[in-house]
Amino acid sequence: MRYEAPKSLQGAVALLAGATGETRVLAGGTDLLVQMRADVVDPDLIVDIKKIPETRAITEDRGGWRIGAAVTGAELKEHPRLKQAWPGVVEAANLIGSTQVQGRATLGGNLCNGSPAADSVPALIAAGALATLAGPDGARDLPVEDVMLGPRKLALRRGEIVVSFWLPPRPPRSSDAYLRFIPRTEMDIAVVGAGVSLTLDNAGTISAARVSLGAVAPKVLLVPEAAHAIVGTRLDVAAQQRLEAAARAACRPIDDKRGTTEFRVDVAAVLTRRAALIALDRARTS
Amino acid sequence: MAKHHIEATVNGDDVEFLCETEETLLDVLRDTLHLTGSKEGCASGDCGACSVMLDGRLVCSCLVLGCEVSGRRVETIEGMAKGESLHPLQQQFLEHAALQCGICTPGFIVAGKALLERNPNPTETEIRYWLAGNLCRCTGYDKIVSAVKDAAVAMRKG
Repeated sequence: MRYEAPKSLQGAVALLAGATGETRVLAGGTDLLVQMRADVVDPDLIVDIKKIPETRAITEDRGGWRIGAAVTGAELKEHPRLKQAWPGVVEAANLIGSTQVQGRATLGGNLCNGSPAADSVPALIAAGALATLAGPDGARDLPVEDVMLGPRKLALRRGEIVVSFWLPPRPPRSSDAYLRFIPRTEMDIAVVGAGVSLTLDNAGTISAARVSLGAVAPKVLLVPEAAHAIVGTRLDVAAQQRLEAAARAACRPIDDKRGTTEFRVDVAAVLTRRAALIALDRARTS
Repeated sequence: MAKHHIEATVNGDDVEFLCETEETLLDVLRDTLHLTGSKEGCASGDCGACSVMLDGRLVCSCLVLGCEVSGRRVETIEGMAKGESLHPLQQQFLEHAALQCGICTPGFIVAGKALLERNPNPTETEIRYWLAGNLCRCTGYDKIVSAVKDAAVAMRKG
């Protein structure tokens, strides 16, 4: 098993594009090392992307924020301005695992692990985040909702890696929130996750919104119908009910030991409403 | 293929070791450097018994590859006591009898130190959340939490 830690994007892309056999990109390793240990994967080549400066920085970019794919949850939490602009994204990333896992786990890894229950992904999708990819044919941006195709399946082409995420500029009176349900208070995988981002106009009416649901379908969903249900409203009770109905209608969950189909659909509706109310409250005071 | 030749700092000492790609930092610490204080509980990042500091950041050493620590600073439970003088957390774990089988203890103490360095006066809730990634199957946690609280008091007094 070969290990390489290239210092440039070109170096990483060349290694991945030229590799024969099984290859894996290593960011925080909190999924990859567990899968190696369990003999789920046995890569011939591991490409560690943490020495590439673009994957490790949090910077302001074109009025928004750019977060490197290998920035850890702990580093996101320690960035007060990012947290102020995107509290939902930061709280979602910080729900992943323990303090120890937070010291290693990354947004890029959480997305590329390809789990529909990934906590940071609904928050990124609600945020309208773009994933910036680098590959043999150059760089391209993909909306985060288009990166995952299904469980463990990504839209990345051969030799491509996720370099960073770009979060768009935040108009005044905007905020976001992420909530998940797990059977315990900490250290578990989402049974349902809901991310909501919204912007209010001068009068306090929702002028723009994005809603995303995790763990209720083969991939994390962007739910435009849920956003339509609340845009143009002040999130009154009727709008909350339409939001819940739209969230419910979007769910296509599995039935497993962690939650039945019926339970996941119910919880998706409740969490979407609660996340929207939190985002609304934050937007009013932002 | 040839093993990786790694140079790093462990508990303030320069060390060199050889490792295979698939060896974790925990494997290297225990099997190569013979620092067996860090324990392997789950080997999947769930139990925290292998907790160490890597460049000042609390991590599970079972989730770090040995070759990733090239040029970096590792601190383990073996670095906490100064000669015969125990760290206040070690002292309080003894005084509270906050251990039974002892497998989880090094991880709790390393994680507790990371907490108190950031937050010298944590609430009980903060202690419990910070240590949620450290599992103990013997004590029921209350003695551990009390030990961390009292170590915080002792450390604030200096």
